[in-house]
Amino acid sequence: MTTTVRNVVRVAPPPAGPSWRGRLRAPAVFVLVAVLALVVAPLLLEPFRLGLLAKYLCFGIVALGIGLAWGQGGMLTLGQGVFFGLGGYAMGMYLKLHDAGGDLPDFMVWSGVEKLPALWVPFENPVFAVAFAVIGPVVLAVLLGSLVFRQRVRGAYFAILTQALAAATVILLVGQQGLTGGTNGLTNFFDLFGQDLAADGTQRGLYIVVAAVLGVLYLVAWQLVRSRFGRLLIAIRDGEDRVRFLGYNPATVKTVTFAVSAGMAGLAGALFVPVVGIISPALLGVVPSLELVVAVAVGGRFSLAGAVLGAVVMGYAKTSFSEQFADGWLYLQGALFILVMTLAPKGIFGLAATARDFVVSRRPRTGRPLMSTGTADIGGPLIEAQEPRA
Amino acid sequence: MEAIVNQLPIGLSIAAVLLLIALGLTFTFGQMGVINMAHGEFIMAGAYTAYLLQGWAGRQAVLVALPVAFVVAGVMGLILERVAIRHFYGRPLDTLLLTWGVSLVLQQLARDLFGAPNVQVRAPEWLQGGVGILPYNRLFIFALAVGSVVAIWGYMNRTSQGRRMQAVMQNRQLAAVSGINTGRVDQRTFFIGSGLAGIAGVALTLIGPVGPALGTYYIVDAFLVVVAGGLGQLRGALIAAAALGLLNSYAEFWTNASLAKVIVFVVIIAFLQIRPQGLFVLKARALT
Amino acid sequence: MSGALLEVRDLSVVFDGFRAIDGIDLTVEQGELRFLIGPNGAGKTTLIDVITGLTRPAAGSVRFEGRDLVGRKEHEIVRMGVGRTFQTSVVFEQLSVVENLDLAASFRRPLWSLARRRRGVSDAVDAAMRTTGLDALADRPAGVLSHGQRQWLEIGMLIAQRPRLLLLDEPVAGMSGDERARTGELLTEIAKDHTVIVVEHDMDFLRRYASQVTVLHEGKVLVEGSVDEVRADPRVQEVYLGRADDKSRTGGGGEGRAGGDGDGPADGRSQAGDGEKSRGPAVGSAAGEVK
Repeated sequence: MTTTVRNVVRVAPPPAGPSWRGRLRAPAVFVLVAVLALVVAPLLLEPFRLGLLAKYLCFGIVALGIGLAWGQGGMLTLGQGVFFGLGGYAMGMYLKLHDAGGDLPDFMVWSGVEKLPALWVPFENPVFAVAFAVIGPVVLAVLLGSLVFRQRVRGAYFAILTQALAAATVILLVGQQGLTGGTNGLTNFFDLFGQDLAADGTQRGLYIVVAAVLGVLYLVAWQLVRSRFGRLLIAIRDGEDRVRFLGYNPATVKTVTFAVSAGMAGLAGALFVPVVGIISPALLGVVPSLELVVAVAVGGRFSLAGAVLGAVVMGYAKTSFSEQFADGWLYLQGALFILVMTLAPKGIFGLAATARDFVVSRRPRTGRPLMSTGTADIGGPLIEAQEPRA
Repeated sequence: MEAIVNQLPIGLSIAAVLLLIALGLTFTFGQMGVINMAHGEFIMAGAYTAYLLQGWAGRQAVLVALPVAFVVAGVMGLILERVAIRHFYGRPLDTLLLTWGVSLVLQQLARDLFGAPNVQVRAPEWLQGGVGILPYNRLFIFALAVGSVVAIWGYMNRTSQGRRMQAVMQNRQLAAVSGINTGRVDQRTFFIGSGLAGIAGVALTLIGPVGPALGTYYIVDAFLVVVAGGLGQLRGALIAAAALGLLNSYAEFWTNASLAKVIVFVVIIAFLQIRPQGLFVLKARALT
Repeated sequence: MSGALLEVRDLSVVFDGFRAIDGIDLTVEQGELRFLIGPNGAGKTTLIDVITGLTRPAAGSVRFEGRDLVGRKEHEIVRMGVGRTFQTSVVFEQLSVVENLDLAASFRRPLWSLARRRRGVSDAVDAAMRTTGLDALADRPAGVLSHGQRQWLEIGMLIAQRPRLLLLDEPVAGMSGDERARTGELLTEIAKDHTVIVVEHDMDFLRRYASQVTVLHEGKVLVEGSVDEVRADPRVQEVYLGRADDKSRTGGGGEGRAGGDGDGPADGRSQAGDGEKSRGPAVGSAAGEVK
């Protein structure tokens, strides 16, 4: 084929592909973090702190899903708490029934329920409970996503709808005292698969399970982001209508991504319950859902690692600050959030990438454009995903 | 049958409050692409304004509070717009998160200033009682909403400021090159929209207690009104608020309170299958 | 049924009571390079929008390879083999040139297979990159491309999809002289083995690269024929010179439509919201060129 268009604009040759060192850096960091999390932390941390870390890592799993849906796909989901709650309640129901050993769970007795509700019966089976913790959220997300995305409801509208779902779910759970434990939720668990939940060994084991699940899911998300699917997701985030004219149906891609993030949140919820020992409406409403989004924004929504890091850091900050001065935490959280959105909308990771690019761009030999291309491998575009103005 | 009638004033007054709240949201969203989560705290500010004015105006506080709350909430909105939001125009998702941070701070501020427990505002004696099944306080709220809508409609269609506001809403660039100071129009819109939330806050003191979290109970529903009504649409907000208010109160009555919100949510999703952009849409041909 | 690739019959589009397209017939044969021209608001882009599913017609049919396109979704029409570009080129700035092209080329893969990473460059992508001369920029983010390069990338994305009908909406709008010439060469190259419809405003460009031309005016076909025929036609001159003579209003003679006097507005240019937006610099010179 003859080349008909010659490009006379001289541009510096593109940077050569990353060196083997560059290519190994990300996996090396991952392995390092994995060793720290799976080996060093359990050895160094006392059980109480390890339990807290396990809790933050559960939030990290939810954040991973938010990073995927929002950072990569542009779907700001303010209802992840609902999926987290579905997973949590599924697990909580199993634990309650297991502890009750054939009798009615304690709170039902207090509420005057006489017969085990049909809804609860299948949750006597642990396999069903765990499967439901993932499949339930996925089904709900597919249902909601396909209805909403098919109609091209997106951006802020989608955010509002997911928030409304979170609000409605909380009210529903609180109102069904006999079925859900109402405001108190499900708590007082004693035994997990024959292990005493209060025992240090069980908690340590749980921590390792949580950390391993997070690691595996991170790899899954990472693979997804680097694949063609991930490119497609970014394309949809930045120009959904244009993607249609490439022959793709954005609704399908978005629904799948939303479902994956919901499944992650559900699994996180199921892990959270034995770790923390409670699931209640207060843990999954509008505020906790938003808090996780905030955490992702603080960490850096365009990078999966940033999302997870944000969740862990914010979880830690919340615990330590509200231990000291409970009221101050809200000011601090609000102020931190205002600052991050105003000064560093790409979060901590975005700041780091900008700083690195700044250093790189000052080196004369590279012909890189001033406009940052972001952290390429994590799929880190630095321009915010925004709905274009109508 | 009797239940249908009895529930009507409750539904309508909820609808009226939702409308007052949603008007500000729909205009700031439609005109500036701003999702203001702190709007709920303007409601709260309006309600506390009435509470504070009791010391001076006694039982007539509600009446005195209406203009004062409008200005207080309006100025709060104006400050928020000037200090933070104007840097975020056209980035609704970012404004959503930013203003949520503001909302957290304002709630905590209210908790520190007025205490966490709810407070009561005593309604004027002339609002007690009612005609038949229609309590005066709910009638008053309803009248307040009707008055506000008429005023807004008049402002938008009968004043040059209002027409400028419509111009900016429909095509910002064109309005700007036509010599309209869009920044000033934005400020006015924000002031009026936030002020209306303040009035809604005063209205809410007539039907319930006042607390730091007052706004959070209504903000989600008000956003649903915006979604269902269509962006920047007075007519849309009117119809959607009425529908949502009534649906809410009847769903609560016939099923139970805990199912009502789920029903409302399902109805909204179903509605969006027919009208994905809400009841009324500003037509524009553009591709992202 | 004739063997035409694209058949538009008696098409009407109404925007809030305004008839942007008012009974257009258009037939494009396999292998043709057809130019659509006309003054602002003639309905050129609207016609493209209807063919590609972006706008719904009030009446009429659009048949591609004998199958009706009206009512189908945008991505379904693309999957049938109709691709288009936009006036304001839309490429994915966060993705590199090669990723943009690869995304375009992968649209027939099943969704699950997209979960694998791209390894290397497929033939279709490679060919598209050479044809458009973007191979040197393969790994650059599309965000750093110049306006002209973006248009070429968009055209490249289109040919990487191997469509059977290409619709180019003002490919040279806003381009420099050099870029226009190169785009013209690119167009000639593509037209060798594709059926192409080009919406264009630039008379100079038209004179150089067009063969068959359809002139639209106020939502109707005014004239259809070769470049020379069209340029010689007094009605076309009138339209482009803007003489508001009413006798020029009757529908296109070539199509033999029964003199339907349009009920469109007196001035086709009055449709601010619905009309074409970004205009290239060629607008002003258009009238002079025809003469």
